Amino acid sequence: MIQQRVVFNNKVLPYLLIAPQVIITLVFFFWPASQALYQSVLQEDPFGLASTFVGLDNFIDIFTDEIYLNSLLTTGFFSISVTFSSMIVSLLLAVMANRVLWGGAIYKTLLIWPYAVATMIAGVLWFFLFNSTAGIIAYFLRVMEYDWNHALNTGQAMFLVIFASAWRQISYNFIFFLAGLHSIPPSLIEASAIDGASPFKRFWTIVFPLLSPTSFFLIVVNVVYSFFETFGVVHAITGGGPDYATNILVFKVYHDGVLGLDIGSSAAQSVILMSIVIFLTVIQFRYIERKVHY
Amino acid sequence: MSTASLEGIKKSFGDVQVLHGIDCKIQEGEFIVILGPSGCGKSTLLRLIAGLEKITVGTIKIDDREVNNLEPAERDIAMVFQTYALYPHMSIFNNMAYGLKIRKMSKEEIKKRVYNAAEILELTPLLKRKPKELSGGQRQRVAMGRCIVREPKLFLFDEPLSNLDAKLRVQMRLEIRKLHQRLNITSVYVTHDQVEAMTLADRLIVMDKGFTAQIGSPLDVYERPANTFVAGFIGSPAMNFMDAKLENNGRSIRISEKEYLELPGKGLPEHIDNKVRAGIRPEHFVICDAKEAQIKLKTDVVEKLGADTLVHGFTLENNIAMTVSLDGIQHFDADTILSFRIQPDKIHIFESESGKRLN
Ligand SMILES: Nc1ncnc2c1ncn2[C@@H]1O[C@H](COP(=O)(O)OP(=O)(O)O)[C@@H](O)[C@H]1O
Ligand SMILES: [Mg+2]
Repeated sequence: MIQQRVVFNNKVLPYLLIAPQVIITLVFFFWPASQALYQSVLQEDPFGLASTFVGLDNFIDIFTDEIYLNSLLTTGFFSISVTFSSMIVSLLLAVMANRVLWGGAIYKTLLIWPYAVATMIAGVLWFFLFNSTAGIIAYFLRVMEYDWNHALNTGQAMFLVIFASAWRQISYNFIFFLAGLHSIPPSLIEASAIDGASPFKRFWTIVFPLLSPTSFFLIVVNVVYSFFETFGVVHAITGGGPDYATNILVFKVYHDGVLGLDIGSSAAQSVILMSIVIFLTVIQFRYIERKVHY
Repeated sequence: MSTASLEGIKKSFGDVQVLHGIDCKIQEGEFIVILGPSGCGKSTLLRLIAGLEKITVGTIKIDDREVNNLEPAERDIAMVFQTYALYPHMSIFNNMAYGLKIRKMSKEEIKKRVYNAAEILELTPLLKRKPKELSGGQRQRVAMGRCIVREPKLFLFDEPLSNLDAKLRVQMRLEIRKLHQRLNITSVYVTHDQVEAMTLADRLIVMDKGFTAQIGSPLDVYERPANTFVAGFIGSPAMNFMDAKLENNGRSIRISEKEYLELPGKGLPEHIDNKVRAGIRPEHFVICDAKEAQIKLKTDVVEKLGADTLVHGFTLENNIAMTVSLDGIQHFDADTILSFRIQPDKIHIFESESGKRLN
C-alpha cells in the first residue's frame, strides 16, 4: 500500500496543531513532576517561608514511618483486590455479552455507562447507598440483621472502597475483554467443540489463553488505576479511615501535602508513586513489544 | 468405517431458507464431494452434519443413529476448516493431541497416535513448533492430522485447499486422495472447485441455491448432467447452449434455418412438442471440411493454452457465442470461418423451461 504523505506548506501550522497537547503535557505533567522532584529533597519550615535542602532525608523518613509502610501494604491489598475483582466480573460479563444474540447492544451500552461516571461521583454514589443512616443498601443489610457501618468498621470500609473502585472500572475492562473475545475466530471454538471440549473446557483451554495479551494489558491498566484514580472514591467514602484502614498511598500524598502541609514528605511520596508507574509502564511496553503471547 | 444419511434436510436462518430438502445416503468409506457455486449452502450443510448448526427440518443419521440433537462432540466426527482453525497457542503436537487429551486417552496412546499421524503426514520434525511457524501447506496437514488421530466415524472438509496457491493445491489434492485410500474413512468434502471435485469424489452432490441439482459419480455428472445448471457448471470451458427445435419425429434438432443435428437412435419422439435447448461441450466439436459441416463458426479470439487451443467465435447463421476446444496448438486468424461436425451421442438435450435433461 502506498502511504499518502501529508505535506504542510505552512511551517508554523504543524507546531500549532500539536501545541495544545504539548502544552497540556508540560503544564499538567512535566511541571508538577519536576516540582515534586525538587520539593522532595527540600524541607519547608512550619510557616512555609523558607526551605532547606535535606537530601534524601524525606525518603528515609518515609520508609521508617509506620503509617507509610502500613499505607503501602493497604495500597497493595487494595490494588490487587480492585484489579482482580473488577477483571473477573468484566470477563464474566464480556463472555455472556458475546453469547447474547438478542438485545446485545442495549446490554453492552448499559455496561459501558459506569465509565462515564467520575470517580468522585462514583464514590459519593456508593457512599449514599451504603450510608449507615440513610443508605438503602445499608437499610436492607440491617433488615437482614447485618450490621453495616463503614465509618466504624475497617473491614467494611475497605470492602466498600474496593467495591466502588472496581465497579467503575468494570466498563473499561468489559470493552477490552469484549474486543478480545471478538478477535478470537469462531472456528477455533468450533474446532474445540468438535474435538470434544465442554463449554467450560473450551473457555479454559482456548479462550482464556488467547485473551492473555488483553488480560496482561488490563492488569497493568487496573493497577495504575487503583493506585491513582481511586483517590476520589476514597476521598468521598472514607477519607482514608477508619483508623487508616483505607489510607492508600495517593490519598496519603494528598492528606500530608494539602491538609498536613508537609510538602517535602508529600513530594517524596509522589516521587515514589511516580516511580511505581514508570516501572509498570516499562514492563508493559517491554511485554507488548516482545509480543509474548502465542 | 461408517455410513451416514441425510433425509429431507432443510435449514432456515430466520426467514431465509438456505437449504430446501437435501437427501443422500453415504456409503461406508465413500468420499462424497459437495460441489456448488459460492453461497449455495454447502458449508451450511456440512455444519449441520457436524452439529455446529441446528437442523430446521429433516434427519441426519450416522451409522443409522439419529444425531439431530447430539452435540458436535458426541457425533464422533472430525472437521478440517477452510482457515485450518489450529490452536495458535499450542504446539503442533498439542494441537493434534488436544482432542485425545479431552477424551482422557492414556499418555502412551496419545503419543503413539500423534507420532503415527505425523509420520503419515510428514510432520514429525515440526511437532514442537507453533502453528504460526508453519507454511500454509504444513498447517493444512496439521489440520488433517488433528482429525485422523481421532479416528472419527466421519471426516468433514470445508474447502480445505482454497487458501493455498495453485501448485500446492494440486499436491495436497493428491495427498488427500492418498490419505483416503489408506485410511478409508467416510468423508464429506465441500468445494466450489470442480477439478477438486472431479478428482477426489467417489460421488458428487452438485448443489444449486440450496437444492441438490444432481447426485452421481463424477463421470456420470460430466457425461449425463441432469439439467442445464449442472451442464453449465461442470466442465471447463463451460458447455455451449443453443435453442433448438425437435423435428423429423424427434430424430434431429434444428438449430437454425440451414443447420440441424442428428440425434442417436430413435431420438426423442415423445418430446416433439417441447421447446428444447441443445448443449454441446467445447471438446466435442470435430473440425471437418466445409461440405460436411453441421455448424459453422466465425472465429473471434483464439487462446493457445499449449495442450489445447480454445477458439471463441459465433455461429455463422444466428450469431450465438460458442467456445470450441481443439487438441494441440492451432493457428487461426480472427474472422476465419471454421466447419464442425458433432458426434450425435455427445449432444445433450434439455427442456427449455425447466432445464431438465430429456435424452
Ligand atoms: N449464520 C448464518 N446466518 C444467516 N445466514 C447465513 C448464515 N450462514 C450462512 N448463511 C447464508 O446461507 C447461504 C449459504 O451459505 P454457505 O452455506 O456458507 O454457502 P457456501 O458454503 O456454499 O458458499 C448464504 O446466502 C449465507 O448468507
Ligand atoms: Mg462455504
